[in-house]
Amino acid sequence: MSQNEITNILVCGIGGQGVMTATEILAEAAIAEGHDVKKTEVAGMAQRGGVVTSHLRFGRKVLSPQIEPGTVQVLLGFEGAEALRWSHYLRPDGLALVNNAKLVPPVVELGLFDYPEDPTGQMRAAGRRVVSFDAMSIARDLGEIRLGNTVMLGAIADYLPFSPDVLLACIVKRFARKGEAVVEANRRAFAAGREAVAKQLGASLPNPAAHA
Amino acid sequence: MAAVMPQLTNPLAPPPATSRLLLSGNEAVARAVWESGVRVAAAYPGTPATEIIESLARYPDLHAEWSVNEKVSMEVALGASMTGARAFCAMKHVGLNVASDCLMTMTITGAYGGLVIAVADDVGMSSSQNEQDSRFWGRFAHIPVLEPADSQEAYEMTKFAFGLSEQYETPVLLRLTTRICHVKGLVVVGERVAHEPAGFIKNPQRWVMVPAHAKTRIPSLFQRDETLRGVSEASPLNVLESGTDRSVGFVASGPAYMHVKEAFPDAPVLKLGFSYPWPPEKMRALAAMCDKLVVVEETEQLLETEIKAAGIACHGKDVLPRMGELSPQVLGPAVDRLLGKEVPPLPAAVPMKVFPRPPTLCASCPHMGIYYTLSQIKNIIVSGDIGCYTLGAGHPWNALDTTICMGATMGVALGIDKGRGAVDKNKRIIAVIGDSTFMHMGMQGLLDITYNKGNVTVLLLDNNTTGMTGGQATPASGKDIHGAEAPRVDLAKVVEALGVANERIKVVDPYELPVLFKTIRDEIKIDGPSVIIARRPCVLIDDFKPFRPYLVEEDKCTGCGNCIEVGCPAIHVTRREKVVKPSGKEVELAFVNIDNQACTGCGLCVQPCAPDAIQHVPRRDIPIHIVKT
Repeated sequence: MSQNEITNILVCGIGGQGVMTATEILAEAAIAEGHDVKKTEVAGMAQRGGVVTSHLRFGRKVLSPQIEPGTVQVLLGFEGAEALRWSHYLRPDGLALVNNAKLVPPVVELGLFDYPEDPTGQMRAAGRRVVSFDAMSIARDLGEIRLGNTVMLGAIADYLPFSPDVLLACIVKRFARKGEAVVEANRRAFAAGREAVAKQLGASLPNPAAHA
Repeated sequence: MAAVMPQLTNPLAPPPATSRLLLSGNEAVARAVWESGVRVAAAYPGTPATEIIESLARYPDLHAEWSVNEKVSMEVALGASMTGARAFCAMKHVGLNVASDCLMTMTITGAYGGLVIAVADDVGMSSSQNEQDSRFWGRFAHIPVLEPADSQEAYEMTKFAFGLSEQYETPVLLRLTTRICHVKGLVVVGERVAHEPAGFIKNPQRWVMVPAHAKTRIPSLFQRDETLRGVSEASPLNVLESGTDRSVGFVASGPAYMHVKEAFPDAPVLKLGFSYPWPPEKMRALAAMCDKLVVVEETEQLLETEIKAAGIACHGKDVLPRMGELSPQVLGPAVDRLLGKEVPPLPAAVPMKVFPRPPTLCASCPHMGIYYTLSQIKNIIVSGDIGCYTLGAGHPWNALDTTICMGATMGVALGIDKGRGAVDKNKRIIAVIGDSTFMHMGMQGLLDITYNKGNVTVLLLDNNTTGMTGGQATPASGKDIHGAEAPRVDLAKVVEALGVANERIKVVDPYELPVLFKTIRDEIKIDGPSVIIARRPCVLIDDFKPFRPYLVEEDKCTGCGNCIEVGCPAIHVTRREKVVKPSGKEVELAFVNIDNQACTGCGLCVQPCAPDAIQHVPRRDIPIHIVKT
């Protein structure tokens, strides 16, 4: 079996942002499509505020759970500097979908380190394909900041080797117990995430996760 | 990280047999423990093993408990096994050090009801103070070691382990690593089979380990090793995959097997699931079929040494790293070098330069008050311990001077006190410890301090939980593993019973900085042991109720930066400005704001703010239902 048949998705952000839950829903969608799936985290210590990356690999049969540098088809970044930190995990034709959030840690506020100027700009300058958007503003416009994670999932929905509807169905299933209003809000957030990316990319960019 | 819960909506109704579930290794072990009819399961929380017992607590039909430490958890499991019940305990690698006193004699009594110990090694050290290799315990204690390579295997091997334990009357070590515990994969689950205990049989020769009895049983350990070597040789858990490219063959277990298969899909591999005792005939068969043999093991050079001792030539740590996690990208070039091939440089996967983002204390964490205060006190040596509060060694506080192992703060502080010479004579010694760590292994150390008249001031940080591993209940939290009411130990009374004079026990609120500062300063001035209990719930548990958040009135902020020294992640610098003081000294001012989504109103930053620039957010601007005052 060749590496090409495995989809590698890296979700990154900081503790408390919902990185692990988002990846769990992506994993559920891959399972619904009949894939073998492995998902693993590097979360460091239990505290909030540290670096979190969640590795998702799926295909006919997944062996090693860890994604290696240079092999990611889609990087879903919940924070700008974190997307930059992990951008070397992308394949040359990989795509980074990045929430513009800027979460500045105490070590930067103390003046010990600098927060990078324009992280997504640096990624582009390094030749990465990047789409950035403000998931939290989109969520706020929809009336609920907690919809941000569904906006993020909407953003990646058209860059998976299966239909966006599969992912949406998994989100709906998660929120079904909370009632139709919550489900409907999540549907809107999902659509808004898709639109935020489509608006910038149109149909111009090939889907790096599409299997030949 | 936050606790990973199994997808069980009703704890009384685990998913039915033949369900295909996405489970972490920890959840898979828990499911298998339940299906095996285990009656008692015990653990002290520890990354990466915590979620095993956390998951088990959601299953019916068994007693699951948080024990005060790993040694007790193993003793509880052993006692249950003595009655013929199936029993289980789980711990992280360093937890087995604590439990080893029990293990090394329990191996002589052997198991009656199936007895399985899950031990999780933190390969790569994501959340531990060392990277020790638990496979050694199999050799040391003469017990079999099973090593699953993914969640499905973790499930299957756990079930197999109970039968193995009963058939050979041996405890079985299930060795996991972070990449088993914290990897989710698909698992097909089965039925639970109840296992009624056969009953305790009075048998002092077996259960009373005095020298005369132990001597008669020790030869059986060596016999057991030999018997199990035969079992291992025939075991389907040890698979010799013949492959098609015979230039290099591999021996691998656990996650390393997956990396080997990914990097060398056509190579011969001996996959060791029953990894101790390992099967010598299968090993020789592998060696005979390939030109070179490479032993792929994470961390120590253990199997490689044993295989060489058996007269089989092999490679291993001469080409592979001796610490950290392996991966296909590590294995590929290493083997190329061994074969004398030119190693192509890795593709352009160079990390970009980005600031480090170490874990931080949460906004409103009561430990911030402690470390902010300690950072203001000069001439102290502060010994620390294991927990969230180990972060006090980091910026901006730099307020911890030692961290070794669970409970070590007490002994280390006493040793510093007794050992110091003239050069340290004027320093005061402070020992910091959390409530859960204190009950785990700190109480004995405090007793040693009082008994030996140490000049140590102990800061007992009582946040009502085991915070670092995600907020598990403790004997002082008044709740059991299910969240039900439980007897609540009074820490002040424990401290007094351990010999600290009543007038030297202070209870303070770590949010009240002036009182905290004065209490610490007063106590360290007086000779003799004292204990300051700093009491506030962890912000991540239900007991914590947020207060009204704060904001910074921009026109009042002078940019002094005092509030930043508190170390709260909710405080952000909006602009910096260099100014020259009348003295001619250039200083950088940092003007701040507060992220009121993150602020929960502890008020720690308000206290060092001289110009009173930090004020409550107006009531009308916040969702009132979350606010206490």
